[in-house]
Amino acid sequence: MPNAPDPITRNLWHVVAATDELPLGLVETTLLLDTRLALTRGNDGEPVVWLRRDEEQGDEIDAGTIHDRLPVRTAYGYTWTCLGTPADDLFPIPEFAEPDRVNMSCGSIGIHVSAPRAVENFLDMGHFPYVHTDILGSEPHTEVKEYDVEVSEERDEVLATKCRFMQPRAAKSATTAMEVEYVYRVPHPFCSVLYKSCPEDESRRDVIGIFLQPMTEERCRAHLLQSMIDSTSTITDLRRFQQTIFGQDKPILENQYPKKLPLDPRAETPIRADKSAIAYRRWLSQKGITYGVIPQAS
Amino acid sequence: MTITLYDFELSGNCYKLRLLMSILGLPYDIVPVDFFPGREHKADWFLRLNPFGQLPVLKDDDLVLSDSGAILAYLAKKYDASGQWFPDDPAITAEILRWHAVADDITATSSAARLALGYDYDFDIEKSQKGAHRIFRLIDEHLWFGEREGRDWLCAPSHPTTADIACFPYVMLSEEGGISRQDYPALRRWTDRVRRIPGFTVMSGIFPAGPAKVD
Ligand SMILES: N[C@@H](CCC(=O)N[C@@H](CS)C(=O)NCC(=O)O)C(=O)O
Ligand SMILES: [Fe+2]
Repeated sequence: MPNAPDPITRNLWHVVAATDELPLGLVETTLLLDTRLALTRGNDGEPVVWLRRDEEQGDEIDAGTIHDRLPVRTAYGYTWTCLGTPADDLFPIPEFAEPDRVNMSCGSIGIHVSAPRAVENFLDMGHFPYVHTDILGSEPHTEVKEYDVEVSEERDEVLATKCRFMQPRAAKSATTAMEVEYVYRVPHPFCSVLYKSCPEDESRRDVIGIFLQPMTEERCRAHLLQSMIDSTSTITDLRRFQQTIFGQDKPILENQYPKKLPLDPRAETPIRADKSAIAYRRWLSQKGITYGVIPQAS
Repeated sequence: MTITLYDFELSGNCYKLRLLMSILGLPYDIVPVDFFPGREHKADWFLRLNPFGQLPVLKDDDLVLSDSGAILAYLAKKYDASGQWFPDDPAITAEILRWHAVADDITATSSAARLALGYDYDFDIEKSQKGAHRIFRLIDEHLWFGEREGRDWLCAPSHPTTADIACFPYVMLSEEGGISRQDYPALRRWTDRVRRIPGFTVMSGIFPAGPAKVD
């Protein structure tokens, strides 16, 4: 039997699907916190989520006949649900509503690693030259320069700012190498949002979100969001760029051992680049998250 | 001549063609197809190119081709002046086509497991993994005996052929389908040799070989 999730995790909103990709009138099945879920969309296009019984993927279903529904929210193109008692709000991404942004899902991809490991990899710039060679980094520009990390009390999120990195091809819209400035937010134990200088408009930032759906303690689905300033690329082009990057991370992530994230600061020697990782681990510890992590011995 | 590849970055079958064209130094254009999550390979415009609704599709001027194995043979016969990648000799042609069929079996097992675990496809994971292990065991044996006879590649010639290109991608991506290659040392040595072919290129999820061991 899997461990029951801690109460904090249980009461969180969790992403479960890209709303547009949920078929109307057909069942989709998934797993959240070791719990089998069924999903569909009614004719009004609104997602419905419930605890799966004997439904199979692809079954026809009339959403109107589902009475025992789990709470549902839609935000940033995704459907979110909760197995406990959810908070009123989900974290804000105000940029998403800017009228000239190109917003898109980039696929929901299953990975054999815990959700917190995937968040931590997302925060780490040190791997750019080695894993995303000639796109997000290249030798000899391997140094992660000094940056700032804080936990914003007001917003209850980890915030890393003034992160800079020399990138051969920062985005689909990039035509030359540039030094890119990043801001990383971790506004949810299993979600992160980054802001990076936009090649097309110096005064704005591209926004990329990774929302992890913890399926089990050692497996998750990464739901990718792009909210871009790009007046020329197609959605297919933009998705391809992001999937190329994520496809490079996948084997690296899946090779991490242990698959759960150790929260004890002494468990893994942190390299200097990992300042944000340390802050993230401490933040999870203080919140009392035990799902998908190896808690600090007390 | 203008070659256009209808391509999805994370597809091993598309990568087979990018790999051979890179080795042959053939220039080509890419039309990205949103296979996932967009399922564009089932869209009307794509079905007009390939009614079977599968990637890859390659266009050479007005000629439209599908099936990675068939396209590998076409590219080699048409553009490989050395004649090495798909030799004319009847016995070798048969040998290569035999391994192209194995490559399809690898797609049906190793790639199916990867699609089920990573991309939400409704395939039988355990059955796919078992099937892949059975094939990997056979290839490992074939390569192990080959090494003892001085044969480094899947087919008889002393150089790689399209058979090696066709089998390579979904062997390399097997871990994403939960299929370890730990127990297949000869298979792993062969993947290193493929990665050292001049003109080799990577795809997302496949990394270059480490530096060669010098004794
Ligand atoms: N034998 C074919 C198999 C191609 C194949 O399986 N393509 C996948 C993408 S990698 C596909 O389009 N699958 C969709 C489907 O089969 O419906 C080949 O080698 O080209
Ligand atoms: Fe990465």
